Amino acid sequence: MSLSELLAQTFVQHALLAALLVSIACGVIGALVVVNRLVFMAGGIAHSAYGGVGLAFYAGLPVLPTTGVFTGAAALLLGLVTRRRRERTDTLIGVIWAGGMAFGIILLNLTPGYNTDLMSYLFGSILTVPARDLWLMFGADALIVALTLYYFRDILSLSFDPDYARSRGIPVDGLHLMLLVLVAETVVMMLQVVGLILVIALLTIPPYLAERHTRSLVGMMLGAGLWSLVFCVVGLGAAYVFDISSGASIVATACVIYLTFVAVQSAWRKLGRRSAPEPA
Amino acid sequence: MRMNAPVIEIEGLNFGYESGPVLSDVALRIRQGDFIAIVGPNGGGKTTLLRLIQGLLRPQSGRIRIFGKDPGDEPARIGYVPQHSNLAPGFPATAEEVVLMGLPHGRRHGPRFWRDERARAREAMRRVGVEDLAGKRLPELSGGQRQRVLIARALITRPELLLLDEPLSNIDPYGRQCIVETLTGLGRETTIVMVSHDLGITANAVTGLAAVNRYLVQTGGPQLTPAMLELMYGVHEAGCPVYEHIHNLAETLPSGEVRA
Repeated sequence: MSLSELLAQTFVQHALLAALLVSIACGVIGALVVVNRLVFMAGGIAHSAYGGVGLAFYAGLPVLPTTGVFTGAAALLLGLVTRRRRERTDTLIGVIWAGGMAFGIILLNLTPGYNTDLMSYLFGSILTVPARDLWLMFGADALIVALTLYYFRDILSLSFDPDYARSRGIPVDGLHLMLLVLVAETVVMMLQVVGLILVIALLTIPPYLAERHTRSLVGMMLGAGLWSLVFCVVGLGAAYVFDISSGASIVATACVIYLTFVAVQSAWRKLGRRSAPEPA
Repeated sequence: MRMNAPVIEIEGLNFGYESGPVLSDVALRIRQGDFIAIVGPNGGGKTTLLRLIQGLLRPQSGRIRIFGKDPGDEPARIGYVPQHSNLAPGFPATAEEVVLMGLPHGRRHGPRFWRDERARAREAMRRVGVEDLAGKRLPELSGGQRQRVLIARALITRPELLLLDEPLSNIDPYGRQCIVETLTGLGRETTIVMVSHDLGITANAVTGLAAVNRYLVQTGGPQLTPAMLELMYGVHEAGCPVYEHIHNLAETLPSGEVRA
């Protein structure tokens, strides 16, 4: 099939649109996850999302909205309990991480005659995104971007120095909870694209690469969004060419580009150091 | 505000964490224009005291009045310079943006800062001599420069009260001198409360001392009193080397040479 024929297929168009929509959320929230050091927290929230998937199947509800509400509630709960027991944060994340998954698996076991491809939620299925889900993703993007821009100053301040932000009268605790819910909604969007097990890769690698060549948090968000889009499109192409699973292909693409980038950069630095003392 | 009106008034303050009491029966009175150095051992409650003054912690009992009001009521009138060691060094922000973060939480929202706000940031940076570093990222700055950027962040609201938590630690002697001169150059309209271990360099600048080690002993003037030394280092028997050392400290510190 030629490229133009391929691009004329509805499922390919949907996949590319999903990649774009996810990359927007991924860039904004990924940057915030990285600078706030919430990577482990995001991992816990991602895995708890499986409970939402199980609930949706058990109760016969639409998967994406149900999972969105469930995961948002789990993130809120996690934010509230870790606020009281800060020193126990990592333990509580572990509980939500495994507990959410177990809950989902049990509900799926109890669902009579379920035989949906569960793998698609663990590893993603960007090629089967229905139009309705695209609209939901668009709505989630709009919400994430609008809230982040509106509260940008406060978020910037609390990401840099939460203690100081509190002394300025910024409602740090409330904004932190909001951030966790936005992470949850981002993660739910990403379930379709890379699956919950691989979410972390797409949430951390793009901001990390973007951080190297930006001076501002906005720049980091834009850069991370672009990197994420590159990974998704290249990964999709690779998945088609080599006939491999799309989620894994996207994450593998991200990892390969990341490692290449790091290797080139360290080689460049070594070269620069060697030639530096010589007079020009 | 009336000259010499109390900026900080604390009476009968008690505070503790789950692990036990941190501050007991603390009284403190700081007037406008004072430059107070807070000394004391690590874990003695110095940072906790600064946090209580800002309303970031609530006392278990006792009374705290800041500008005659409850702590936390007027964040814009207080500038705070926390210990900088726990900041993320690679954070994607320029020095100017860091200074702008000192603006109080208000009605303005959105990702960009307004022209008048940036002008205030420039002015605060000029006051501490870092205006030419505005476009630099924090990792590109030396420890002393970074500390002065954080002081500029605290100064952007032109606060009447400036609280600094160990601003001189991990900074080379030249940088320390710069920071102390910057602080004294702020003039008497700014009341300063500074946690410091370095009494030598601040001796000429401070108008009073407070030793904190669960209890608090306050004195006017830059000299440690025997009661302060006892509070900070404990009571030691005569003949014990520590006693000799403390005794010598008490003998040498109050000498008039430093002040002259």
